[in-house]
Amino acid sequence: MDLLKNKWLYIMMIPGIIYFILFKYLPMWGVIIAFEDYSPFLGPLKSAWKGLYWFQRFFATRKWVDYLSNTLILSVMSIVLTFPAPIILALMLNEIRNMHYKKVTQTLLYVPHFISIVIVVSITYVIFGADGIIYKLTTQLLGRSIDYLGDPAVFRWMIVGQNIWKETGWGTIIFLAALTNVDTQLYEAAMIDGANRGQRLWHITLPAIRSTIVLLLVLRMGSVLDTGYEHLILMSNSLNRSVSQTLDVFVYQNGIQSGQYSYTTAVGLMKSLVSVIMVVSANKIAHALGEEGLY
Amino acid sequence: MAKKKIDESTVQLNGKTITVSSGPVGVYRTAGSVVFDVFNYLIIGLVALTTVLPIIYIVFNSFATELELQTRPMFIIPNTWSLSAYQYIFASNKLLRSFGNSVFITVFGTLINLFFTVTFAYPLSKKFLRGRKFWLNMVIISMFFSGGMIPGYIVVSSWLGMRGTYWALLLPGAISAYNMMIVKNFFQGIPQELEESANLDGCNDLSTLIRIVLPLSLPVLATFGLFYAVGHWNAYFGAMIYLTDDKMYPLQLILRNIIVTAESAAGDMSLMDPNFVEPPKQSIKMAVIVVATVPIMCIYPFLQKYFVKGVMVGALKG
Repeated sequence: MDLLKNKWLYIMMIPGIIYFILFKYLPMWGVIIAFEDYSPFLGPLKSAWKGLYWFQRFFATRKWVDYLSNTLILSVMSIVLTFPAPIILALMLNEIRNMHYKKVTQTLLYVPHFISIVIVVSITYVIFGADGIIYKLTTQLLGRSIDYLGDPAVFRWMIVGQNIWKETGWGTIIFLAALTNVDTQLYEAAMIDGANRGQRLWHITLPAIRSTIVLLLVLRMGSVLDTGYEHLILMSNSLNRSVSQTLDVFVYQNGIQSGQYSYTTAVGLMKSLVSVIMVVSANKIAHALGEEGLY
Repeated sequence: MAKKKIDESTVQLNGKTITVSSGPVGVYRTAGSVVFDVFNYLIIGLVALTTVLPIIYIVFNSFATELELQTRPMFIIPNTWSLSAYQYIFASNKLLRSFGNSVFITVFGTLINLFFTVTFAYPLSKKFLRGRKFWLNMVIISMFFSGGMIPGYIVVSSWLGMRGTYWALLLPGAISAYNMMIVKNFFQGIPQELEESANLDGCNDLSTLIRIVLPLSLPVLATFGLFYAVGHWNAYFGAMIYLTDDKMYPLQLILRNIIVTAESAAGDMSLMDPNFVEPPKQSIKMAVIVVATVPIMCIYPFLQKYFVKGVMVGALKG
């Protein structure tokens, strides 16, 4: 009866269900190849069972320490440097009174978010490369040249810098949205009580975006092992390999490029598990601090 | 919540004059406050400038001659304007073809995205639907756990046999779980009575969706359509790992090959002399960047109109 009455609703769901099964759940089942010696010819059901062989092999190589530390250093650097940037910028924008000025600057600030990572990296190559304007400028100023694209010491700063350039402006939107919900009477009351601008910022504005900050931080913790491989593989080269090889890049190079599917699936699986654990524990901590968190 | 709006007015308090205005910016007119304002305006202006300056620099320099780029140390506006870089990159049809490929992928990909997103979000917005909780949980779990890069790659390229076809770029991202949840929430907010009266008038659920719900959801659909479209236009990774024929490559992948792996911009010309591939010149790199960026800049006004709204809808729910 229900099936007949709502038949169109059920029919409509079919493409979505097929989509989630094929492109989300089939790959989840596909992690089974991490425990096999997967051969594309035999398929996942007939390939030889290997148990935990690939996991043991990964930890036996000793290189895993490098991959993990490259991943964590880059990740911590980008959390410490990129996470606060949009908060600070949003607070600064919030203090601007001239609406025209605010609108114009915001329009400019959102632009880079829509520019592809390929274009961001290409622009970097053009202006930081050996013919580039920044390269020439710093060579003149410092009296020595900096190899922005090859020097391992600069690599992480370039990645973080590109991310800050691309996403800071866009990141302010969610905080500015939270700030529009603040009751202006709070500010008026505080002013009458003699609170100066700094005090109002500290006691009214910041608490208003506290839960948004916590929520985003919890989500960010879930991707602590993700280093943005689509970005990294564009910036990595033979010179900076010692720092650009993160877990993501390792999986891409040894999996898709070299075809060691089982091995890299095992590494990817460990990454996925860590991210789930990180989200859950970050959420617990958020609850413990009296915040709503993610769920 | 009703907000009390006080426009700027001055109040005498303890012998001091306070300018009160709505929002956080009503200030004691103290020297410190004014200094803060000056620096705040200045810094934000500078930050905004840094976000667009590289783009402006590239656009202007792409019209400079290679000679000027090599000899004049630093400049933004060229002395002699030249179209030679553009003539060079459009001389072979490599770039034009990839531009066409990108347009095709973007248009069809976005249509597929919207179809899949709407047809799944609409039934899930009906609270009486059987199995709704189950399917919703299925969506939410997929937001937090995934098989990872390699199983996804194997499924698409080998098990589903999409390697070398555009399906590998169009279908795997057909639904963004996050976007779908927001569209679902929006559908839930549409008054039930509207749909019921349509049902009484003889509309089935499909025609109700098409005639009543979708017209009411145009702003939301425009927002997510634009998001999806920008995503398709900007993507290169799927094309790089799935496509086998370089005649099918989208613009972003061509751009990546020219600049990151220093491939010749006139691909077909290098065929004539396979031993000598001249690295692309600075002006040519810039021209290719401009060509890849222009379409985004053209739709940016529309993006601006809708995207803030789209993010807000998500933020309020979250």
